[in-house]
Parts: sequence; structure tokens; C-alpha cells
Amino acid sequence: MKGESMRFARPTTETEAVEIIAQEPGLTRILSGGTDVMVQLKAGLAEPALIVDIKHIPGLRAITPEAGGFRIGAAVSGAELGEHAGVRALWPGVVESAELIGSTQVQGRATMAGNLCNGSPAADAVPGLIAANASARIVGPEGIRQCPIEDIPAGPGKITLAKGEFLTSIFLPARPARSGDAYLRFIPRTEMDIAVASAAVSLTLDDAGIVTAARVALGAVAPTVRLVPAAAKAILGTTLDDAALAALTAACSDACSPIDDKRGTIEFRTQVAGVLAKRAALIAYSRAGGKK
Amino acid sequence: MKSIHVSTTINGDAAEFICAPDESLLDVLRNRLGLTGAKEGCGTGDCGACSVMLDDRLVCACLVLGAEAEGATVGTIEGVANGDTLHPLQQSFIDHAALQCGICTPGIIVAAKALLEKNPDPTDTEVRYWLAGNLCRCTGYDKIIHAVQDAAQKMRSA
Repeated sequence: MKGESMRFARPTTETEAVEIIAQEPGLTRILSGGTDVMVQLKAGLAEPALIVDIKHIPGLRAITPEAGGFRIGAAVSGAELGEHAGVRALWPGVVESAELIGSTQVQGRATMAGNLCNGSPAADAVPGLIAANASARIVGPEGIRQCPIEDIPAGPGKITLAKGEFLTSIFLPARPARSGDAYLRFIPRTEMDIAVASAAVSLTLDDAGIVTAARVALGAVAPTVRLVPAAAKAILGTTLDDAALAALTAACSDACSPIDDKRGTIEFRTQVAGVLAKRAALIAYSRAGGKK
Repeated sequence: MKSIHVSTTINGDAAEFICAPDESLLDVLRNRLGLTGAKEGCGTGDCGACSVMLDDRLVCACLVLGAEAEGATVGTIEGVANGDTLHPLQQSFIDHAALQCGICTPGIIVAAKALLEKNPDPTDTEVRYWLAGNLCRCTGYDKIIHAVQDAAQKMRSA
């Protein structure tokens, strides 16, 4: 590590954190779980002048019921999230996606907020949050703002937060009865890998098992995780019959603009994203109480 | 670079150290406190050789800053045995020859102990998934799984 002049700050209030960050002219890195930041420091990919550990700001390590949903502090680890029966019951797809990140050791520290702010198109926690219509609470020199999760990724390693801003929590909203969500990714191993392609589906059914609301998001098939309204539209008003599933699959593949790399080809990613979305939709349908 | 003074608890004892802002907890443990049980394999959180407990969570010490240990409780392999009496997992790894070069072993024992405290009767699959972040390039893992399961059995009947 370099860090010749690096400073470490551990603010205990949001206001203090905003001030410390605003006063720093150089590169700042927010430290919560640190599972990406520490790797970047080690590799020399980032040489921040200031590291701000936000874990001691009140509420940032808390999961709090709010308006029928849950507010997840930006420093809540995957392990803590996975142990929360309430969040698991309401948004099982979001929790299962966060739990796929890294090893047991990484789960002890890694956060959904960090996964989002790291800006990877393959971030496992992000498609589920976008499908869930989750939002982020962001603080900065201009005050507090709420932002839909899909408006945060800007490209590989890039996010839309302005200089001086940081994310304090993610809000998972309430959902109607007969709702379900699910996340699936393709990796060539069983564990400890990065998504080659991924898909998240959240949907709500009526008493007859007809889809009345849906959101579909894809990961690792574009420069950012991508919300796919055409895929949601393909299953609205259906009972996920074969024609609807075929339309969903096609809409997802159409929405892909992936890269070729060592983990997967354009052709493979484009096909697999559609298949994963179809399978995730069926799991979400079953979780919503739909019978096939 | 401004040094940071840190007060923490390591293996039940109060400890203090001075570290650089960008110094990892692993480097602090090994280079400043002489606790060399945790190893640096990869330094990027992939291999698990530096596994320690931080506030009762299993973590990679290479992914934690030394400064983050302020006010925390840290548990390392050095705190696993009770004096001269080995922990059942340590004895089991010897009995089953579940190590060869031994670099990964401290991390695996710390990780397996965390598993058995949470789940005293895991399936082989649960052990394998829990230890997926602990790489061993010698044994092929089978002996490790047997050693953990045998220790778990002994701990349940103790």
C-alpha cells in the first residue's frame, strides 16, 4: 500500500462526515465493509487522501422497519441482512442476491450499499434492489436526497453520486400481498465467483394468479445493471404461460449489450440472461403464491 | 503519514497499538503484535488464510484496517487453544492429518470454529460452503471436512 499522506476519519454523526468529506480536496473513499476498497488500496487502483469509516454513524448498521418496508443501513453486512427474518420474508430475492457475494468472511463485512457504489455491472445485490423498486438515501453538502437505485450506476466502476455525497441507507418498500421476488446468476462454479449474467424479477399477482405488477432487471450484460421495462410488460396480465415466458426471455435478450471477455461471450450472455429471467420469474411467481 | 493509536481487545486481553492509516489489521497482528498465526495468502480476501473474528464475525484480516479495530474485539488462532489444551478442532486436524504445508490451517480452524458455534451439527455440504473462502492447495479438502465433522461430533457429545 502507498498512502504516504492518507488520513483516516471515523465520524460519529452524518453532519460530521459530510463536513470532513467536503473539506477534503483530494480523493476520498468511503469505508463500510471495505471488501472492495481494501482490495483497491492494495492493488494501487485507488490512492485516496482520505478514508472515511462510516460505521460509527448512528443507524448505519441498523435494519429498521419503515412504512411497511425496511430501511437497511449502508454498513449492514450480508451476514446481518441474511439473519434478519423480516427482510428475508418480505424480499427473499434481495436477500439471496446479497448472500451470493463472496465467501463467509466477505459476508461478515460486505454491504449492499458498497456493492452498489462499487459500480460493477455484475454486482449481485443490484438487480434485486432495482427489481424491488428500492431507493437510496444520499447525504452531501446540499442536504439529503432519495434516489431510485437504478439511477445510481453510471458505467463500470462509476456512479452518479456527486463529489461529497455518500449513501447512508437503502429503503426496501412495502409490498402488496401475493408478491414475490427472485434472483439468479450464472457462474461456472458453485460459489465464490462473479456473475457472467444475472436476472432479478419482482412481481405481484391478483387472486386468479395474473401478474398485476412486475419489474425485471439484468446484471453483467450491459455497462450498468439494467432495468428492462419491456420484459416486465411481457408478463403483465398473464399467468406466466409459455407465450408470456417466451416474450419475457426475448425482451431480456433484446435488452442485452454485453462485452466478450474471459468469463463469457456476447452470444452466451445474451442467451443466458433471458433464460435466467424466465427461471427467476417462475420462482418469484411461486413465492407470490402462484400455482403452475 | 499520521499514525493512529488504537485500543482494542485481542483474544480476551486489552491491547494497544500504533498503526498507519492504510495498514491492514493483518499487518498489525503479524508485524506489530507478533501474532503470526493468521497468514497472508492473497491479501485480497480470496483465500481466507488470514481469517479472524472481529466482533464475533468471521472476516479476512487483510480486508480490515488496523484503525477499525478501535473498541472492537478481535479473536485469532492464538486464542483458540485453552492454555496447553488444544481445541477439539485443532486436535482433530492433527488426528486426521488434515494439513500438509499448514499455511491455510489457522484460518480454516478459526472459520470452522465460527461455523460450529453457529451450527453444531452441519452437513458436509454446509461445511464445504462455509469454508468456500478458505483455500487449501495441498489436501484436496476431504480430510479437512472429515476433521471438522469429527470435531463437531466430539464437541456435541462433550
